[in-house]
Amino acid sequence: MFELLYQNIEQTVSVILFGIGLTILLLQRNLIRKIIGLNIMDTAIYLFLASMGFIGGRKAPIVVDGVTEVSAYINPIPAGLVLTGIVVSVSFTAIMLALTVRLYRRYHTLDIDVIALLAKGEDA
Amino acid sequence: MSIVHNFPFFSILLCMAAGIFTSMFKQKLAKWVTFSVVFAVFTLSAFTLALTLRLDASYPFMMGHFPAPWGNEIRIGRLEALMATGFSGVLLLALIAGFHHSPSFVSEQKTNLYCIMVDLALAAILALIYTNDLFTVYVFIEIMTIASCALVVVRQNGHTLVAITRYMIMHLLGSGLLLLGISMLYGITGHLLMQPLNQAVRQIVQTGNYTGPLTVVIALITSALAIKSAMFPFHVWAPDTYAFAPPLSSAILSGLISKAYIFVLIKFFYRVIGMDVIISQNISQFLFICGSSGMILGSVFAISQRDIRKMIAYSSVAQIGYVYMGLGMGSNAGTEAALFQMLVHAVVKSVLFLATYELINVSGDRKRFHYLHGAGYRNVVAGIVFTVASLSMVGFPFTGGFIVKLNLAVSGMAYGGWMRAFVLVALAVSTLLNAVYFLHTVVSIYRRPSQDIVYPSVVKSPWYAMAAMTVSAVVILYLGVGSQPILDIIKEGLKTLI
Repeated sequence: MFELLYQNIEQTVSVILFGIGLTILLLQRNLIRKIIGLNIMDTAIYLFLASMGFIGGRKAPIVVDGVTEVSAYINPIPAGLVLTGIVVSVSFTAIMLALTVRLYRRYHTLDIDVIALLAKGEDA
Repeated sequence: MSIVHNFPFFSILLCMAAGIFTSMFKQKLAKWVTFSVVFAVFTLSAFTLALTLRLDASYPFMMGHFPAPWGNEIRIGRLEALMATGFSGVLLLALIAGFHHSPSFVSEQKTNLYCIMVDLALAAILALIYTNDLFTVYVFIEIMTIASCALVVVRQNGHTLVAITRYMIMHLLGSGLLLLGISMLYGITGHLLMQPLNQAVRQIVQTGNYTGPLTVVIALITSALAIKSAMFPFHVWAPDTYAFAPPLSSAILSGLISKAYIFVLIKFFYRVIGMDVIISQNISQFLFICGSSGMILGSVFAISQRDIRKMIAYSSVAQIGYVYMGLGMGSNAGTEAALFQMLVHAVVKSVLFLATYELINVSGDRKRFHYLHGAGYRNVVAGIVFTVASLSMVGFPFTGGFIVKLNLAVSGMAYGGWMRAFVLVALAVSTLLNAVYFLHTVVSIYRRPSQDIVYPSVVKSPWYAMAAMTVSAVVILYLGVGSQPILDIIKEGLKTLI
């Protein structure tokens, strides 16, 4: 059991990280912590994805010295996917932070429950 | 290969380009560009539909320089073309009917930014309809989420901000699950294009290796898309977002954007995994239970609302329940009913939100029901359109909603035992509940208003907005009377979706 987990150390770590991020995202009431949880969750998935493309003993897929066999290089597609994913999560973090700034200016707190309570009293 | 074969690609590109260039245009020009882009997309999609009706199978369209198993591609069949035509048509009608009250929710200088988001949302909807690549699905789902967030949050209001924060948290959770699902699927199959994926999945099922991860993948992607399309137990973000967003944005969000997620899910079931595997993993039963309970409980929540916009928002949850119930039946007939419901609900719900805004507007911007008394006389067209749309929601004959319920009942009859009884009872109960709240609203907008409420005189809505709403009402009636050709396209299209 533990041997298997250790063999797939990247996957194990990424699942644990995903769990931590998810818990923070759902259970924390502070908006900034929620955003941090979100980022941890995303990072876990990138680790998972990147570890799948890596093949031990091979090089990064950049042709040097005219070596063109496929077997010399790792799989570049997961790395490309991770890059796209990082761009997406950066833009999401930016949007969430902008929303947080707006909410903080309006209600002077970061606690989402308090904010919801304050908003309920307002006119729709 | 004729030029029409390129039209789906052109329409996606057109929307993206319009989204980029609109930021540099002046407000009025931006508005006209957006209108003409949506109209152009509608025309291009109609041409594509005409082309695909003549073809026997769907055809792939290579994006970029790499051929099929490695590169990216889109795939166009008649079902995709029908959905693209329907959705862009609904968007066009919604823009004509709803854009004139943009000053009430977005400042004059920022109108062009709103236009960008409309363009991007349409681009994402089209890309999700046509794409044949799972990672493209992820990217455009993110674009759509960002665009819809911006569409909602243009309104600077506490309720909207809180609603959109909830929305974002739920959607980001959904995105995380989706990405994890896609990367696991890539890990066990080594593919991202849908046809090679399907072959790899078949192999997994046959050999029995990695069936555990496959189940997890299906569960992850299904729950991610269910969260994003507001299926019943995951609907918590939806009512507030739909209710407090600007009416045009609510129309786009609830009418079109939530449908695009479901279309992706249908494609995932049929094209990537195969419906037989989905049924054998009991995923379809889960959707069936959630859908039918959503149908009933969504309506129960809707009855208890005092704000008319929230009532309509909750009825969206109930209507999405119909889609998931049809999909959960696991038969082609059920999925056809679900696809038809997607089209009907897109038309009905978008016009319902806009007509409601007009009714609220002539009642001095008050949303409680007793202020709305007599609103049907103060704005005659909006009153009639609201009535027609409500009748369709209830499932009155000669409207689109009737055909949906009929088809769902017929496809439920094909089953024996508890499932048949369950479908019929759920349909009957939900129709009854729909009748309670929608007919109550229709009656209340035609009631004599009480003497002590003073209604301010308001500027009359322009004729084109009223004309667009009337067209929507006619479309609803058409979907109820002349739906057979559309049902035929859906039936044939579902066969070629694979």
